[in-house]
Amino acid sequence: MLHPSHFAAVLLFALFASTVFGIAMRDTPRRMFHYGVYCFILFVGSAIVLSWAMFFIAR
Amino acid sequence: MSTTPNKPAAAKPSPQGFVYLPLIAGWLIPGAGHFLLGKWIRGALLAVSIIAMFVLGLAMQGKLYTSVQDLLDLLGVAGDLGSGLLYFLCRSLGLGGQPVQTTVADYGTKFIVVAGLLNIIAAVDAHNLRTGRKS
Repeated sequence: MLHPSHFAAVLLFALFASTVFGIAMRDTPRRMFHYGVYCFILFVGSAIVLSWAMFFIAR
Repeated sequence: MSTTPNKPAAAKPSPQGFVYLPLIAGWLIPGAGHFLLGKWIRGALLAVSIIAMFVLGLAMQGKLYTSVQDLLDLLGVAGDLGSGLLYFLCRSLGLGGQPVQTTVADYGTKFIVVAGLLNIIAAVDAHNLRTGRKS
């Protein structure tokens, strides 16, 4: 059984979802790559921000 | 003032054959719709991403939704069905049948559902390529 850390799971999720989003939502390879990177940063960034928000709410 | 007649708009060639073939193939096998259209790199990236997400979900002991007890289960079944043959293959092999007992297993369940939803997006993208809506 695979036991990734929570952050590793976030990174894997963001990587695969961003790849598909980039390919499906844009027309040219260059724009696909840029959109994929953009989605990846948003996925990971929002997970970090929300995690810290929940940390402070729970205190 | 002379006027020139409007030039007829360049008509797009209508797609020949069964236009839904890439959609159906892409749903059944991740990336297959793009392979049919000769988009090898896109198809390979989609196949690797979707299959890896599905397999990682199973490796995390995620659950495959098999029966509908409530509305959320119905959404889970719909998401899982998006994976096409992967879902039916794993069902027939008895994979993903254990109950979710850990947080990681819950993540795995979500990985499997999202892999199915991403596969639907990829299959629709292949359909759009086939019909000329996207280049």
